[in-house]
Amino acid sequence: MIKAENISKHFDDHIVLDNVSATFETGKTNLIIGQSGSGKTVLLKSLLGLHQIDEGRIFYDDVCYSSLGFNEKKEIRKQVGMLFQGGALFDSLTVVDNVKFPLDVFTDYSESEKLDIVHDTLKKVRLDKAYDLYPSEISGGMVKRVSIARAIVMKPRYLFCDEPNSGLDPLTSVVIDNLIKEVTEEYGITTIINTHDMNSVMEIGETVTFIYQGKMWWRGSKDDILSSDNKELNDFVFASAMAKRARQNM
Amino acid sequence: MFITKILSEIGRYMMLMGKVFSRPVKGMVFRRQLLDEMEKLGLNSVGIVAIISVFMGAVVALQMAINLESPFLPKYLIGYATRESLILEFSSTVVALILAGKVGSNIASEIGTMRITEQIDALEIMGVNSANHLILPKIIAAMIFFPLLTMMSMIVGVIGGYSIVFTVDMMTPDDFMQGLLSDFRPYLVFYGVSKMVVFAFIITSVSAYYGYYAKGNSLEVGRSSTQAVVSSTIVVLIFDMILTKLFFNY
Repeated sequence: MIKAENISKHFDDHIVLDNVSATFETGKTNLIIGQSGSGKTVLLKSLLGLHQIDEGRIFYDDVCYSSLGFNEKKEIRKQVGMLFQGGALFDSLTVVDNVKFPLDVFTDYSESEKLDIVHDTLKKVRLDKAYDLYPSEISGGMVKRVSIARAIVMKPRYLFCDEPNSGLDPLTSVVIDNLIKEVTEEYGITTIINTHDMNSVMEIGETVTFIYQGKMWWRGSKDDILSSDNKELNDFVFASAMAKRARQNM
Repeated sequence: MFITKILSEIGRYMMLMGKVFSRPVKGMVFRRQLLDEMEKLGLNSVGIVAIISVFMGAVVALQMAINLESPFLPKYLIGYATRESLILEFSSTVVALILAGKVGSNIASEIGTMRITEQIDALEIMGVNSANHLILPKIIAAMIFFPLLTMMSMIVGVIGGYSIVFTVDMMTPDDFMQGLLSDFRPYLVFYGVSKMVVFAFIITSVSAYYGYYAKGNSLEVGRSSTQAVVSSTIVVLIFDMILTKLFFNY
């Protein structure tokens, strides 16, 4: 479980997060949704410790992560996997080497053991080719799969995903969403997904946190969204013409 | 204002170096990177250094021959002055300036691109000290390999100067050779090579600093790359003066 307690963050005079509290449950896909510029990426990066928060506290299970020093945070981060919006794969390494990288740095496995783990992980994300290609030589969907594989190869306790479907076609998006859900359930990890893709919300949103103008505005499950009377949430969720038509037919 | 900015940049550079000079997580990974960097930064610069050195050696010899043409000056002075120019300044300082352009821009743009594509964030989240992982192998590789380039430049430059003697009739090869061998002090080679060790550190660390703190988009990466070359060039020249004063105790 990851818990944010009254966290605030500002850049210069601009308040980006204003007293946000939220709990992200273990074994569930926890989604953070909101418009572009609402503060959800800053929230995600603050939870990860990439942004220093101005106020509040962040807990990873029972540990107050926000009050830890650099080296103590490093130990927690070894249990964290992250899927970045653009993949953030290392350009100079092949697909296999990218996934193997955390094993190279943090384990004492032999080369063949590491390769076995890498191949198993790549199979788990349904990638059975292109092992020796570089990130610039594979498609966007494959980049995301490799990125998921790299994030889970060390069997993390916490998985963070920043806009996992950005730049992907609807079919590949569903595949990636289901992969994330599958991994979350199989490993029993705390997964936090930052998205503004409503398909993802309806597909895998077990808990949904809606951020509006830097504030925690609404919280519930994907089923609660449809019956909510929260105006800002409805404006966001039913913004597209297709969603409006679907709502009228409900 | 300007002074404050410089001091804050120096402070930030020092803090980065504090992160860089820590123990690498895995010796094997570090060794592999060190060899890669030696190839990228050193071996790949052999060609350009050799070409520039052979031509500069020839031009310096020609200029010496043209400008030292006097019945009161012995002909062997041409070879002597060529050798001294190459050993004292060209093969260390001028080669360092060339490497600041070639290697410095390469380092700044590589690390800068990693920064804006979140590859550095990915390392940090894994619990890897990104500054140490990315910058230390570059610094050590350059400090080992650049002095070898300096020695090669000295030899190739002298060969260039000697070769040109056969195409002009202002001096004989014997005169030139006599100059090359006269009053040779190995300490000067040590001085040139030692300067290059310091320059190698400056070029790699200053360029890495600009890349590491790049932000924004590809335009900003280009800007930090330019700034890296300009700053490392200036710092190399300042340290050239300081080291010359120190080595010759004036």
